Amino acid sequence: MKLLEHQAKEQLRGAGIECPTGRVARSPQDAQRAAEELGPVVIKAQVPIGGRGKAGGVKLAQTPAEAHDAAAAILGMEIHGYSVPSVLVEEALQIAKEIYLGVTVDRDRRSQVVILSFAGGMEIEEVAEHSPEKIAKLWPDPFAGPHPFEIRQLALRALAAVGGDDSLPKGRYLTTLVPVVQRLFGLSQRLDASLCEINPLVVTASGQVIAGDAKIEIDQNAEFRHHDLVRQLGADSAAATSGDDPLEVEARRRGLTYVHLGGSVGIIGNGAGLVMNTLDLVKQHGGTAANFLDIGGGARAEVVKQALEMLLLDPEVKGVFVNIFGGITRGDEVARGLISARDELHMTLPLVVRMTGTREEEGRQLLEAAGITPAVSAAEAASKIVELVGAGASA
Amino acid sequence: MTGSEGSFHTQQMLDFGTQVVAGVSPGKGGSKHLGLPVFDTVAEAVQATGANTAGVFVPPAFGADAIMESSAAGVSLVVCITELIPVNDMVRARAFIDARGTRLVGPNCPGLMSPGERAKVGIIPNHIATPGRVGVVSRSGTLTYEIIQALAGAGYGQSTSVGIGGDPVLGVSFSDVVRLFGDDAETELVVLAGEIGGSDEERAAELIGRGYPKPVVGFISGRSAPPGKRMGHAGAIISGTTGSPASKVAALEKAGVQVADTIEQIVELVRERLGAAARS
Repeated sequence: MKLLEHQAKEQLRGAGIECPTGRVARSPQDAQRAAEELGPVVIKAQVPIGGRGKAGGVKLAQTPAEAHDAAAAILGMEIHGYSVPSVLVEEALQIAKEIYLGVTVDRDRRSQVVILSFAGGMEIEEVAEHSPEKIAKLWPDPFAGPHPFEIRQLALRALAAVGGDDSLPKGRYLTTLVPVVQRLFGLSQRLDASLCEINPLVVTASGQVIAGDAKIEIDQNAEFRHHDLVRQLGADSAAATSGDDPLEVEARRRGLTYVHLGGSVGIIGNGAGLVMNTLDLVKQHGGTAANFLDIGGGARAEVVKQALEMLLLDPEVKGVFVNIFGGITRGDEVARGLISARDELHMTLPLVVRMTGTREEEGRQLLEAAGITPAVSAAEAASKIVELVGAGASA
Repeated sequence: MTGSEGSFHTQQMLDFGTQVVAGVSPGKGGSKHLGLPVFDTVAEAVQATGANTAGVFVPPAFGADAIMESSAAGVSLVVCITELIPVNDMVRARAFIDARGTRLVGPNCPGLMSPGERAKVGIIPNHIATPGRVGVVSRSGTLTYEIIQALAGAGYGQSTSVGIGGDPVLGVSFSDVVRLFGDDAETELVVLAGEIGGSDEERAAELIGRGYPKPVVGFISGRSAPPGKRMGHAGAIISGTTGSPASKVAALEKAGVQVADTIEQIVELVRERLGAAARS
């Protein structure tokens, strides 16, 4: 779950990291009132996606009247598919330096990593690709967190990587960054965050170090530990998630592991690797997969029905390929689910079922009795469904 | 072990021939389940039975703790089947077990099976096991079963099959397992079935490229997946240029590994390699 900027900053403030004073506004009038209170402000679109600035979702306003007009321009704007329901009106900073600071997981090292770069401000992926030497990293002990001496070393490496920086005296950098890094790391662990990022961490003209922007993503697997936060933030950002694929939103509501891909062959399988391979097979046979849908291990008839129902919500789907390798998944359960779903949904699209494993014989008999021919191999099934969908499309 | 998943799979492991000696279920210590003694803690189970391996089937909230408990109790191998463990939990668990020298397979994996030894820890279906000389290492469950079944159908059994798991933070890597297969007298050829995401396959390719004593056949699934979309497994995502199928296939081919496009092709490549090996 991605927090909006103002939500992420509330978390940072709670952790003791300084953020600019700001107000959330849902109308140009709100924005104007906030600017009357704050002076020169930045108006920022509250959408859970990067690249807001380039898309015109961030504007500077010197006066309340300008703030009104800037908010009017941004509210309701669409940014990468997300309509903007609110803006953050924040005191404008006198920026002397922009630093990148992030905590995330380094999967190659099986570790958390603190990333610091004095080439902040832009996308860290860009810096990583074009000038990786400007990035310094620290892999802390996950129980103790980064020690102050490690953070000082990290800061010195990051400074050396850009040939030093005069926005602050070196000693000030070292003493200022230690608590910021420690607090950000602590916050990332308390929130079970897969990403906690301050970009830019701004050094102001007066030497203050303050979070210019913030991005926090809570690990989906850990949301069970943060029910209150999820509820509160979910309600607050509901309007801002409208950019998500509606089919994927519906699948989440149904508790299905589904990814919309846009082709014409609906896919249901068990096990992520098997489903990925099924998509590849459809492509190899000249078809296009409509989706990824994994019904997981030990799926019961009801889940299979849910899955089929889900695929039929996609108007692009012209046929369905079900690929089940029964390990702990039982063939008869899958067959029963498919048959009752097909009948209840009055499904007329081509349906090809490939099934093997536990109780496959019982499953096949059930399918055959219901007029569905099961394929023996996945390759045979892929070729069959692509042929049927192709024929259906040209008819 | 007394839960529904734990019970079912413990029975399957026993049926397969695995020497399961005890179960652990906090609060049920002193009872018996499936004819086995049940203990409150892993430490007690290890002390009483001398168990050297732990299979973890607990719900995700308790997964990392169960891994650490097993490691602290002194087992040398932990196999964690549990899916959906928070990633930061796993980072801490990894650091904990690394400090104690415990080997972990998983999480979010089907476990491992050695058909010739009649030993399995995990959920690989018993009926597909066929003793033989192919070592199979893969990220996923069902896709691994497909590969095992296809190979067995063509007469190639397995020395050992290992599913390393679909999570971003794992125990053993492809490289670790490939290295072990290299030293394993029962393994003549290795099938490495990777998928999009991360760069474990690339690391294994580097290892193989430096000189590896056995033929390796590669396979990468998720080749048609678009970037930025997580394909079921928490780790199966192409972010930027990292984790792309092109990078993995190129790395493997550079290391002299032939990469199959389909499961049928895996079988063909194994036949070519093992046939040639038998003639020489």
